[in-house]
Amino acid sequence: MQNQELLKLDGISKAFGKMEVLSGINFTIMTGEVVALVGDNGAGKSTLIKIITGVHKPTTGEIFFKNQKTKIKSVSHSRSIGIEAVYQERALADQQELYRNIFAGREITHFWGFMNIQKEKEETEKILKNTIGFTSKAITMNSTVENLSGGEKQGIAFGRSLYFDADLIILDEPTMGLSLQETEKVLGFVKGLKNKNKSAIFIDHNIFHVYDVADRFIILDRGKVMGQFKKEEISQKELMDKMISLHHSGNF
Amino acid sequence: MTPFSSEFFKYYRLQVSIFSILVGLVIIYVVGNPLAFTSFPLYRAFMSTMPFFGIIAISATLVITLGEIDLSFPSVVGITSLIFGSALVETESFFIAFILSVSVGMFAGLINGLLVTKVGIPSIVATIGTMFFWRGLVNVIAKGKGIAITLVEGSLHHKIFVGRLFGYIPAQFIWFIITAIVIGVIYRIHTFGNHVHFVGDNQESARMMGINVDRVKIIAFVQLGFFASFAGIFTMYEMLYFWPSQGSGLLMTTLAAVFVGGTSVFGGKGTIFGTFIGVLIIGSLEAGIIAVGLSGFWVQFIYGLMITLSVTVYAFLLKKKT
Repeated sequence: MQNQELLKLDGISKAFGKMEVLSGINFTIMTGEVVALVGDNGAGKSTLIKIITGVHKPTTGEIFFKNQKTKIKSVSHSRSIGIEAVYQERALADQQELYRNIFAGREITHFWGFMNIQKEKEETEKILKNTIGFTSKAITMNSTVENLSGGEKQGIAFGRSLYFDADLIILDEPTMGLSLQETEKVLGFVKGLKNKNKSAIFIDHNIFHVYDVADRFIILDRGKVMGQFKKEEISQKELMDKMISLHHSGNF
Repeated sequence: MTPFSSEFFKYYRLQVSIFSILVGLVIIYVVGNPLAFTSFPLYRAFMSTMPFFGIIAISATLVITLGEIDLSFPSVVGITSLIFGSALVETESFFIAFILSVSVGMFAGLINGLLVTKVGIPSIVATIGTMFFWRGLVNVIAKGKGIAITLVEGSLHHKIFVGRLFGYIPAQFIWFIITAIVIGVIYRIHTFGNHVHFVGDNQESARMMGINVDRVKIIAFVQLGFFASFAGIFTMYEMLYFWPSQGSGLLMTTLAAVFVGGTSVFGGKGTIFGTFIGVLIIGSLEAGIIAVGLSGFWVQFIYGLMITLSVTVYAFLLKKKT
């Protein structure tokens, strides 16, 4: 089913004051596709992600989601149409229980905003068991996030995005600071997305991880798309060489 | 979770600690002065005065949980009480006086909230400003004169606020309990209370989870403004008088009750139950110290000891495991 357009960016630019961070970004993400955004620090990756998730609004340009022209107004709006971001650690609150973290910002409620704690706990238990596959007895829905390892936190963030049935999952540095074993697990999650016919945008500094999980690579440099390659068109070494030459000379 | 299992104690360790402190204190009181502490009048006195700062402490727990602070509420008590007293004497209408008073209280909270969120001033600085502003305004308007409101004596609303239930229990204590229960429920199981925890825990993640951080903060400051004016009415009704320095002694005892109650100084964690017990502890200390035979000079020293000790204990209990 890799034939439908899920997300299309058309001429997206973003300026903060006089500083143009992104200029004329065009690309498309298909259903069931994992696309890696690669580029050095300051290339504009995180600004681009923040535009897609509704944190920032583009200065010019248009976003099409599921073939509909869409103005993404806020984080909750992007979530409601099926875009979910998994940020390394940053989108979990340490001292709060797991079930509260999973449902934060979209609590299950009875009436007048009173939360259905029982239901949230039941659903969390299901997510822990079925979606994430936590078997450790030490982790329950009443655990607080601060007691989890980096990989477990990432697992919670993934579980959350899958539970809410996002079509496009954005992964910002999901393996940063993880142990080898945990990294494997996270990369496994990403590969598993394809079977569920979900799409993902993947950002990682580690080119080995990127090459391992992504179907396509979009190279960003200084706010512009410098090139797009399918995995079969380019070897890992070639990709790396391109990155290096880009870093030194500003072109391939 | 079964009550009194080890998991229960682990989960409720803060509540259990603070409750133990209260029990310990009561034992000291009773042993130190059995006569005073086994008869009712002392408890009636406690019940009549604790709500004055207790209601504000309950409400301030939300602001502290956000990782913010409000130093201006004593002055907000001052200005709203002045408005309540003047309006009452002028119109003889409780309803008008009440509406005016709580509106100004909420407006003062709104200003604090806007200064913190939209202007971006740290709350400790912003509320020092509004603290002087509102107290200054009281001084300018009242010119050092108080207002007698003896006209309310015997009225229905006077009974509802500060009457004696069954001839014994001060009505304001019932109000204090109701406030604690309502805010306690909101704190634990309402979306707003949930968002307060997330914003206090980690503002950036809260934002990424789609929580409207600014709105949560503004509402928290506004409700504190409301309860500051509400608490002011209880004080005036009990004393039947407004005096221009009204509220100014509240700051330290109120914040002490919240912190002794186990609400994290760093935000993100706390309990209304803890604050409630904290109010009972702080509110009984002064009389307790005197009653067990120490001189009044000890009061501040023991306050200091209690606060420092309890905050230290909580810091250990809540220590982040990294």
